[in-house]
Amino acid sequence: MCDTCGCNVTHGNEHLVTKGGKHEHTASGTESVEVLKNLLHANDHEAAHNREHFNRHGVLAVNLMSSPGAGKTLLLEKTIELLDGDLNIAVIEGDLETENDAERIRKKGVPAVQISTGTACHLDAHMVHKALHELDLEGLDVIFIENVGNLVCPASFDLGQHLNVTLLSSPEGDDKPAKYPVMFRAADLMLVSKSDLLEVLGDFDPANAERHLRQLANAAPVIPLSARSGDGIQTWIDWLIDARLTVSGRVAAGDLVRPAVQPEGALLHTTSPPDR
Amino acid sequence: MLPSRGSSSMKYLPKMHELAVCQALLGEVVSLAAARNAVIVTDIHVGIGPLSGVEADLLQDAFPIAAAGTYASAAVLHLRKTKIRVRCVECGAETKAKANRLICGKCANWRTTLIGGDELILERVEMETRSENQSMGEAANV
Repeated sequence: MCDTCGCNVTHGNEHLVTKGGKHEHTASGTESVEVLKNLLHANDHEAAHNREHFNRHGVLAVNLMSSPGAGKTLLLEKTIELLDGDLNIAVIEGDLETENDAERIRKKGVPAVQISTGTACHLDAHMVHKALHELDLEGLDVIFIENVGNLVCPASFDLGQHLNVTLLSSPEGDDKPAKYPVMFRAADLMLVSKSDLLEVLGDFDPANAERHLRQLANAAPVIPLSARSGDGIQTWIDWLIDARLTVSGRVAAGDLVRPAVQPEGALLHTTSPPDR
Repeated sequence: MLPSRGSSSMKYLPKMHELAVCQALLGEVVSLAAARNAVIVTDIHVGIGPLSGVEADLLQDAFPIAAAGTYASAAVLHLRKTKIRVRCVECGAETKAKANRLICGKCANWRTTLIGGDELILERVEMETRSENQSMGEAANV
């Protein structure tokens, strides 16, 4: 919205700024301004910029989200091994501290950039933008953004990704989608990780997890898998290859491609308070 | 004492993402206030839905910290909590729903589209403008 030149005054809102309208500068020196602006605005703007950058290079961007310890990094390691160069991959790692995950990925021969968020509980579009300056996207097929392990905050920030993949590890319990609806509503794919533990645990029913996901009006596919045993991994790889083709087709047709659900949420980096 | 601004001091502040949201909110409000020659912002109205991913109470708590040292340091943050509504893809009914049960209230179908409840919108800002305050200041100086 333009606040300087008046180009935001239209037939539809003219009555607000003319005499008696809510925007009118009243004699008492108080002013009431109707704004109706999404608080996501600045983050969304940066995210759109990131998305254009991915699209220009024909790269599929996947935002990987889960609780801490659900197996995101191990899944990426196995994925890199199995693809064996069929797809060129890069990874952006988000953690509060340490370079550990980026180092694990680099050991697999894949470029990785670590974002240390300090105490921030999520990645935002600005952090990803900064990380992208350290990555050459030329020749890449897929970029994974491994978000900070957290089922709450990351769901609120668009990073510019095309798809959200959410892991739910079997020890966490099959009702997590009901407990964290904002996160699971945003999933384009739900992976039930550590499926090798299902038998030992006995109380995690993947069908229940899927039922809770459907209750969120989410039609996303559900794939149980174990990066350790290899169970279900090929189904995930097939999904990934297929997703890349689908997304690049849609991008070529002029579609920007955003995750199925864009949760309205939050804005911005925590390090730049507004200036007076 | 809580520092009011500057990135280096941020480590003393709560790190919930509601603070980041509040800073975004203040960013909008401050630029609005500056553009309109406001002296102070008195009231800020925000619409917030249960599926916005932002907790209204935490937002309210974070607000004074984010607002310190800005035009809005004395402003009242009014949060209007919106309700979740879904439209059924099958029967077309528009019904209310719970955050973790977004199914059609009429036919119980789970294929629905969310039509309300995920918003986080700055709706209205009320401020006192220069003219009044200047005259008040002049009166005080007499």
